[in-house]
Amino acid sequence: MSHLLSIITFLPLIGALLILFARDNARWIALIFTIADFLLTVVLWAKFDGSTPAFQFVEHAQWLASGISYHMGVDGISMLFVVLTGLLMPFCILASWKSIETRIPEYMIAFLALETLMMGVFTSLDLFLFYLFFEGGLIPMFLIIGVWGGKRRVYASYKFFLYTLLGSVLMLLAILAMYQYTGTTDIETIINTAHFPVAMQTWLWLAFFASFAVKMPMWPVHTWLPDAHVEAPTAGSVILAGILLKMGGYGFLRFSLPMFASASVHFGTLVFVLSIVAIIWASLVALAQEDMKKLIAYSSVAHMGFVTMGIFTITHQGIEGGIYQMLSHGIVSGALFLCVGVVYDRMHTREIAAYGGLVNRMPMYAACFMVFTLANVGLPGTGGFVGEFLTMLGAFIHNTWIAIFAATGVILSAAYALYLYRRIIFGDLVKPALQTIKDLSPREVAILAPLVVITIVMGVYPKPIFDVTGASVANLVSQHRAAIAYDHGAPAKLASGVRR
Amino acid sequence: MSIQNDLYVLLPELILAVGAMALLLVGAVRGDKSAGTLTMLSVVLIAASAYVTMVTGDGGAFHGAFVMDSFARFTKAVILWSSAACVLMAHQFFSLEKSERFELPVLIVLASLGMSLMVSANNFIALYMGLELQSLALYVLAAFNRESVRSSEAGLKYFVLGSLSSGMMLYGISMIYGFTGTLDFQGVAHVIVQNGVSIGLIFGLVFLLAGLAFKISAVPFHMWTPDVYEGSPTPITAFLATASKVASLALVLRAVVVPFPGAIHQWQQIIIVISAASMALGAFAAIGQSNIKRLMAYSSIGHMGYALLGLAAGTQAGLRGVLFYLAFYSLTNIGVFACIQAMRRGGKPVENISDLAGLARTRPALAFAFMAMMLSLSGLPPLAGILAKAFIFLAALEAHLYVLAVFGVLTSVVGAYYYLRIVKVMYFDEPAEPFDRDMGWAVGAIATIATVFTVAFVLRIDLLMNYAGTAAQALLK
Repeated sequence: MSHLLSIITFLPLIGALLILFARDNARWIALIFTIADFLLTVVLWAKFDGSTPAFQFVEHAQWLASGISYHMGVDGISMLFVVLTGLLMPFCILASWKSIETRIPEYMIAFLALETLMMGVFTSLDLFLFYLFFEGGLIPMFLIIGVWGGKRRVYASYKFFLYTLLGSVLMLLAILAMYQYTGTTDIETIINTAHFPVAMQTWLWLAFFASFAVKMPMWPVHTWLPDAHVEAPTAGSVILAGILLKMGGYGFLRFSLPMFASASVHFGTLVFVLSIVAIIWASLVALAQEDMKKLIAYSSVAHMGFVTMGIFTITHQGIEGGIYQMLSHGIVSGALFLCVGVVYDRMHTREIAAYGGLVNRMPMYAACFMVFTLANVGLPGTGGFVGEFLTMLGAFIHNTWIAIFAATGVILSAAYALYLYRRIIFGDLVKPALQTIKDLSPREVAILAPLVVITIVMGVYPKPIFDVTGASVANLVSQHRAAIAYDHGAPAKLASGVRR
Repeated sequence: MSIQNDLYVLLPELILAVGAMALLLVGAVRGDKSAGTLTMLSVVLIAASAYVTMVTGDGGAFHGAFVMDSFARFTKAVILWSSAACVLMAHQFFSLEKSERFELPVLIVLASLGMSLMVSANNFIALYMGLELQSLALYVLAAFNRESVRSSEAGLKYFVLGSLSSGMMLYGISMIYGFTGTLDFQGVAHVIVQNGVSIGLIFGLVFLLAGLAFKISAVPFHMWTPDVYEGSPTPITAFLATASKVASLALVLRAVVVPFPGAIHQWQQIIIVISAASMALGAFAAIGQSNIKRLMAYSSIGHMGYALLGLAAGTQAGLRGVLFYLAFYSLTNIGVFACIQAMRRGGKPVENISDLAGLARTRPALAFAFMAMMLSLSGLPPLAGILAKAFIFLAALEAHLYVLAVFGVLTSVVGAYYYLRIVKVMYFDEPAEPFDRDMGWAVGAIATIATVFTVAFVLRIDLLMNYAGTAAQALLK
């Protein structure tokens, strides 16, 4: 199956078209297509050869103009994001089964179109194609927040859209400048053959940074995230936290590090400072939140701080940690939003103060929520630990002070996450409205139970993931060193002593 | 240079000219009840003209006063498509209004004739002749809804300001003639190569550009645009916004690039300022609008700014970008105005943005078409607009106009805000009273074609790109 990637990418779109003609069965069509797509990503993972850093499942076809082609492929860096996208989508559809009551066909179409666009981001190997997918995702997300969102949905959707657009148009200019300089937008060709002059790298790096920093989001351009999370419907929040935020980190790994090597080193300090501020400041802000979703949103900002810190240490550990952190955060934060959705569907409020003592009536829910909370804290044995540990290890190799500051964030994350858990789950069940609240329904168990298992497996047995990412990350680091050497005038050579 | 050859080169225009006379005769004899027949006949005429345009070879007529080349062919194709669409839309508009008149198709054909002559003109007098033929027909068309005060006002405003700009342009042409001794485009270029750029010639160039900037409603000569767009009947606004804009901008391209390659540093400065000002004004002034047609007026001002950005680059890639942009712009705008024409409630056209509230629930297909085109105009992938913009910005970067390019993308973010507002009204707001179901087959067909183009263009962009490339080459040879 040489067209596997294209099929994975465009299958949801076909589902969306089908819904147009079978509006009454929108939910089932969406569920079937997302599950089918997920199974295909599993097939992709099974067939993936982790021992080589080369792009696999490559597809190449003539497209726009000379140098701009339809080029798809995955390597160890993008591979698991494809799986993550495939994994989260069926949960999103399931989570929306009951909670979305109006305009269901349109909702499902928006989600399926969004899945196509997200898959495309991770599978495209052409800058222009990447841009189309990256930016195109704004449209369905704008509609999802704006049509099915909460009270301040219009404000939140505008803010999300314009913030992201502002960053990405600068990236578009940078892509065009790169096309003009190299005559191609092929990512593989540019990574392997093109060397931009250092001065040009600076500008290109900044333009890409503008886009990815907003998407991550990094402090201080994160302010769209809490609004978007709070107003979006549950599934929208899951996708935002689970996939859309990862596009920033993926972009740094795919473009900034290999293409603008010197600039990445040059601006490293900037990234570290912003990351540390994000880790500490966002954690403190999270402590003070009254709204569950907002709290989780700020915790996302903090966790993404670890990711950017890890990536820009440009060490094997840091980058692998960054990827691992993104994957586990994608599952854990997605799951946390699903947990919020469970009680929101029952009580229609997200205010922390409206809850308390839920463990008495909802023991299963309390257990699931506990696992995800601990994973969010980064407790050993959960998926959150591996990533955080590795990014800090990378930071420690790079600069001790960065690691020390980042470590305070771990403590703070325990503070806000456990504080949230205590206020919602423990205590006496005194609120009269909560007296009759019901525990998880079978559908909700079907959503949360697999995520609990994945979270724990990721914490105790990370090998399958490192098997996939290892070769590509090693190659990325060595390529980066070679590029730095080239920029310093030394003859380009492959660095041999890659620390593993 | 035999007369047969001259007539052969001008055959597309001759078809329109003779055909318009014939239509006029029929109309004069049969009266207003023949309007439907005349509409169909005029579409046939336009199609015939377009066909002949495609099959005739390159050549010049009347000692080089008119030329037929790839550039003329490309722009004529775009213009004639817009004209045909507008004739059909206008017929439906006025038949719903129960005020059909036989002059309407005749006037549109005459205006198309003027536009065809404009894009073929290779001499300042020929240029002026084509431009005036187009403008006179448009002045009448703008005021065509004679029961409406706003329409009359629009026609009068357009006429007074248009005449002023024509006068300025004519003054500029006379100065150019005075300082070079020729009206021929190549002749002017030749004199500049030999004698350099004199101060008088620059004055002439400035006046010429001022007059032309009025026609494409570029800042600071844009004042008439919102009023005329708002007052004119919707299909006529569509005609003004598409065919007329394309012809005028094509005219700017030829009248600047062919005679003045030697004065590129002079006109480039002017174009850069006009372009930046248009992009900024188009983006910011549209935010406060509540009338959809006024909003589209500011949108078109902004889009002219982007198109001029390609001209400012002054390279072949830039011209290609402009031509490509024009094709995208006119196709999309025709679709937008078809959607606007479909906004009728209780037998009356409505034009406020708030009238669109909840359209996604009452008319999902129409809302989707409208949304696709709005997002395409704002430059969001994977729709057609971003591709057009990308080639413009690429040309600007190649010409080292970095600041202007960054300025351009930033204004496009501001512009996205007001395009999004329409999407928001249609999709997020509670439904208003639904529109009339009967919008006419032509309006539906045009909106469908435009939507398909908008959404699917990304798959086969190379079709249009190659034509645009050849056309740009023809201008620079």
